[in-house]
Amino acid sequence: MKIGVVVFPGSNCDHDCEHIFKDVLGQSVEMIWHKESSLAGLDAIVLPGGFSYGDYLRTGAIARFSPVMGLVKEFAKGGGMVLGICNGFQILLEAGLLPGAMLRNKSLHFICKDVSVKVENAATAFTGACQPGQVLKIPIAHADGNYYTDPVTLAAMQANAQIVLRYCTPEGKSTPEANPNGSLDNIAGIINAAGNVLGMMPHPERCAETILGNDDGKLIFLSMLESLKKDKKPLKMVAG
Amino acid sequence: MKAKIHITLKQGILDPQGKAIEHALGSLGFKNAGNVRVGKYMEVDVNETDKAKADAAVKAMCEKLLANTIVEEYRYELG
Repeated sequence: MKIGVVVFPGSNCDHDCEHIFKDVLGQSVEMIWHKESSLAGLDAIVLPGGFSYGDYLRTGAIARFSPVMGLVKEFAKGGGMVLGICNGFQILLEAGLLPGAMLRNKSLHFICKDVSVKVENAATAFTGACQPGQVLKIPIAHADGNYYTDPVTLAAMQANAQIVLRYCTPEGKSTPEANPNGSLDNIAGIINAAGNVLGMMPHPERCAETILGNDDGKLIFLSMLESLKKDKKPLKMVAG
Repeated sequence: MKAKIHITLKQGILDPQGKAIEHALGSLGFKNAGNVRVGKYMEVDVNETDKAKADAAVKAMCEKLLANTIVEEYRYELG
């Protein structure tokens, strides 16, 4: 498989994502500068974490207008698999590829710690390798992860099982105490209605190797690869 | 023409910064201070002489980039 990792000015988890796909999972990876004009030949795209454009104005607000984002939108529209992690999730929200918006963490703090998240939907292309209800330990590192959307959209997402990951206790209970940032409905990760675009605040690329003492995050990437293998159909590519 | 743009979180959406400042004001003895909302202020020079055109341009800027209308509201003066 060929995975594209988009690099915005200020991305800082791009090489971690490259490392996992290339060195840990043996896939080929292409780093895609945000001014790139073609995504031809890619099987999936990752928007990595970081502080694109210094988080100026709002997180992801300026990155969404990068030239490459037009291509990412076309790629997603054609059914291409897109994973947004942390700042990548924020960019997907600003770009309208996922519903809702991020607010400042309720505590106002930048939070960097391991959290427990529950796999609420294990039937997606990003969670197929997980057990339903499995609790993953994955670190978060953000100041703006307080997810918000209007009640109508929230109800629609709940009905469609689009809330894929929820903050929870280590035992798997989604309580207010287990919610690190005030996120609506303990939301840590959501998927679009078509099921090919996932955004998540936790960083699976930071815990995908046994040598690091935790490889829970690897399940997300393995799920993607399994799903791509199963579903290897020609995607509508946009050539520049 | 200069646009003076104010962007704040919509009423009903929790503003943690506003709440923290409200508590600080309270602890300083300003018992009459309440409902603090924190926002952004921007000035933009708009190269238009026609007010209607300038107004349409600023509105488009706010809708497209300056405010995220899912969670924020904006208002502006042109002069």
